[in-house]
Amino acid sequence: MAHNVNFNLNDLHMDAVLESPVDEEVVHDSFNQLIAEQSQDEGQYDAFELQQLQRDLDEEGRDDVAYLSSPGYDFEDQNEDWDSDERLTDPLVDERWSSDTLKILSSMPSRTIGRSRGAIISQYYNRTLQLRRRRQSRPSIRDFSRSARPSILGYGIETDSCTYAIDAKVSKKEQLVNNLRNLAVGDRVRMLREMPLSMSDKSDLRKSVLDRETQIKSSKRVTCCSDLKICVLSAVRRGWYSWLSFLHSLHLWQVALKRVGGRFGTGVLSYFVFLKTLLFFNLFLFLVTGTFLVLPQAVHSPVSPTENRTFKGLELVTGAGYFSDTVMYYGYYCNDTLRMSGRNDARGHIMANGTKPDCVWNNLSYNMPLAYFFTIGMALFFTCIILVYSMSKSFGQSFRIDKSQSILAMKVFCSWDFRVVRESSVKLMSDNICTQIKELLAEVKQGDTSTTVCQKLWRMMVHGVAWTICIAATIGSVFAIYYFSDYIHQDLQQLSRNRNANRNPLLDEAKLLALPVVVSLINMLLPGLFNLVAWMEEYDSPSTYTYISLSRNLMLKVSVLGILCYHWLGRVAADPQSIGLTCWESFVGQELYRFLLMDFIFTALDSLFGEFLWRLFSEKVLKRRRKPEFDIARNVLELIYGQTLAWVGVLFTPLLPAVQIIKLWLLFYIKMGSVMINCQAPRKPYRVSQMTTIFITLLCFPSFLGASVCVTYTMWSITPSSSCGPFRGLKTMIQAGKHLMEKLEKDNPKLSVLARAHAFLVENPLFLFVGAGIFLIVIYFHSQVVDGQRTIISLLQRQIENEGEDKKFLITSLQSIHENKRTQSRRPRRQDSNC
Amino acid sequence: MGNKQTIFTAQQLDAYQDCTYFTRKEILRLFYRYRDLAPQLVPLDYTNHPDVKLPYELIGSMPELKDNPFRQRIAEVFSEDGEGNMTLDDFLDMFSVLSEMAPRDLKAYYAFKIYDFNDDDFICKSDLEKTLNKLTRNELTEDEVRMVCEKVIDEADLDNDGRLSLEDFQHMIVRAPDFLSTFHIRI
Repeated sequence: MAHNVNFNLNDLHMDAVLESPVDEEVVHDSFNQLIAEQSQDEGQYDAFELQQLQRDLDEEGRDDVAYLSSPGYDFEDQNEDWDSDERLTDPLVDERWSSDTLKILSSMPSRTIGRSRGAIISQYYNRTLQLRRRRQSRPSIRDFSRSARPSILGYGIETDSCTYAIDAKVSKKEQLVNNLRNLAVGDRVRMLREMPLSMSDKSDLRKSVLDRETQIKSSKRVTCCSDLKICVLSAVRRGWYSWLSFLHSLHLWQVALKRVGGRFGTGVLSYFVFLKTLLFFNLFLFLVTGTFLVLPQAVHSPVSPTENRTFKGLELVTGAGYFSDTVMYYGYYCNDTLRMSGRNDARGHIMANGTKPDCVWNNLSYNMPLAYFFTIGMALFFTCIILVYSMSKSFGQSFRIDKSQSILAMKVFCSWDFRVVRESSVKLMSDNICTQIKELLAEVKQGDTSTTVCQKLWRMMVHGVAWTICIAATIGSVFAIYYFSDYIHQDLQQLSRNRNANRNPLLDEAKLLALPVVVSLINMLLPGLFNLVAWMEEYDSPSTYTYISLSRNLMLKVSVLGILCYHWLGRVAADPQSIGLTCWESFVGQELYRFLLMDFIFTALDSLFGEFLWRLFSEKVLKRRRKPEFDIARNVLELIYGQTLAWVGVLFTPLLPAVQIIKLWLLFYIKMGSVMINCQAPRKPYRVSQMTTIFITLLCFPSFLGASVCVTYTMWSITPSSSCGPFRGLKTMIQAGKHLMEKLEKDNPKLSVLARAHAFLVENPLFLFVGAGIFLIVIYFHSQVVDGQRTIISLLQRQIENEGEDKKFLITSLQSIHENKRTQSRRPRRQDSNC
Repeated sequence: MGNKQTIFTAQQLDAYQDCTYFTRKEILRLFYRYRDLAPQLVPLDYTNHPDVKLPYELIGSMPELKDNPFRQRIAEVFSEDGEGNMTLDDFLDMFSVLSEMAPRDLKAYYAFKIYDFNDDDFICKSDLEKTLNKLTRNELTEDEVRMVCEKVIDEADLDNDGRLSLEDFQHMIVRAPDFLSTFHIRI
């Protein structure tokens, strides 16, 4: 009972080495050697056997082998020689195959992909074909697989205008060249760059494409329009390349970043890259506010007030004094349209009681309140868009659809940081990886660590205590700030009541620094307390520890910022007269300036002295050989805190982004110096892309969202001061927009539709609800799509496993046939053949 | 964008720009780095395509590669002759693939070739053992190395043939978002 299989051994035998769907210009070395060895050993036996086999098969004819394709085919009872299940589950490599089997194995498509040039060319032919189809917006073929396997040419004829029909004689390379030629230039360059070929091959391909193009151009009659288009496009591309070159030469801090990355790895580098990103955000903000607000107002400065202040050194720290009536603060800005007049009218300079506008200028009119309102709004809006875009991009890169099972494999292949350059750092990294692999192995060996109920309870208790301490510390500090700010507020009220009392103006201004100092102290000391508390706890994995410490620090910073915003908007803005302020927005702006500056001073002191002293302490007293680690998460949170202050302050102090830029610039050099001298790379595994995503998300959600909520609340509900700033006299800042609309309607009755639409959209809350509802629906839809894709991935994985089973089955049955025939031919021929 | 340089023709520079992820300035800067390795061997005029190959020892002594345990494999993979002796084209190719802008698939392809020590287009157990030993500087015991190799093949081998093919490797890399940032050399 022979189970005949439809292996067309005739063809297979003759073209075993050559047959493959790809043009192989390089044959496998390893398999060739094996085959050579085998053929030497077995000599002519195989050839003879195969011929006999062929003859036998030809005689017996071919059967239908449809039943063999299913993996569930039970062929164990077909063949008694079949060893057992063990053979099925053994990997293919351990078998001792005959040379024919080896020949067939070596010419299987999966073993020829990705190495030989021909295979790559074929693969990229398919990709360029797909790209052309997409670009020409033809109905695409849905099941066109993008696998690395070269696909079968059954997808239809190219209806090109050129002469390259899909013809067996035309090589794959020429077809690829043809496809490349027909793509747009940008796509062509992208495809060329992505090909894993050597440079000489790529430039050959490119040259062929360009030659073919010039050939065709010279043979066809090209209209002048298309020629012009080509010229314009190539000029644009050249311009784009030179712009990229220019941008690249501008790259800030390239050398410094490379040094840090080379010494400490990608983790610490991500902190500095984050700092650079924040710098660019602030630069953008500064450019916008500078061009639209500061410059017009600075050029047309209003009349100087009666008080003449001189510059004392204290202004740099307090932001008050000389600075309070400059373009830096809100109070300086005009509340009416700036017009440039031909003559300097004297009547423009008469100071009335705030009713007459004191800035009259030329024929170019510039509506200051509106400009202020829209500039701040647009700047924050564009920042939001850029943030959300970078957050989604980063999220897309780091998101994993399915739970990763291959932890050890990823550790082996992806954990070596090629950026690290110094020998000591390389040694450190090797040690780290070694430790991590040992830990993973230990985890795998143990399986579930069986913790008793007692131990679990104890651990939960310890966690509970730690969290209680942290929350208590946070609440304590919040109350401390609340009462201290209240005390300062009352002090200021008293001061304004006793105007006649003898007092030192310098001391008064220095007292304003008390609250920022207290807040910065809290920000510096409490994270240390959290670290101490975490030291006594025990965590499952280092990443859990990172997340928990991050959330505790975040909780602290959010509460501190919350209480400060309440203090400014709820206390100071509500009743500015009680502390003798004519312009509360300027005061709040000055406060923010002071906070920012104090934050910077304390961070600098912490880096210069704190880390330095801690290193000395740990070396001399604790006698540790390793330097202290650079705490990336904590430093990034401090950056985010500073940036939140800057965003809240833009409304009150249009020049605050400039201050932030200077601060970040100096901070970069201070931190770099401190890291180089005092610290070492973190020992625990640090997932860079995940942490970067988390930081960008934190920058967007609590930080930017909170700041914009603050700004929106200020604009919407709080009454601006009546004697300073661009919104004086209005009930709320938003009314500037409304007034414009009313004025527009008054002047042009035809635009009343626009005004009514504006009133409906902006003032009606229903619109916001509907918008939010639509967003939620879109998010839900996308999450469903992701779930569906997850299911598809698991199905495809199962399919791949089945295919593997099929392959093994076919190869082993081929081998078994061969073995059977060989044993049959060796023994004297008997009538009853065993299957 | 003046054509003041005489090292390359304009067409050569365009070809390099189109085939790598570098701009003109970066290509020239890389040329000078290449030349600094052996000023007497590398001419200043590449317009007639001189056939200059720098031996592996010079390439391996570059500060970016000097302490990298995989530097020999990297040089071998990117060199034409497979021995590590690199022409300027190979040099540019290597740093282009290792730069920030190269896409994940391209990097995964070359990473696969780097980790494939015996060049049989599969990462088998012996390749894995060599990789591990280079990663950890032979600090793991034999037992541990064996266990890690088994576990890795277990995790990553999808079609159960006992070794990792290019597809298995790429499938695993897709799930490791850190790969893009670690497989990067800045020059």
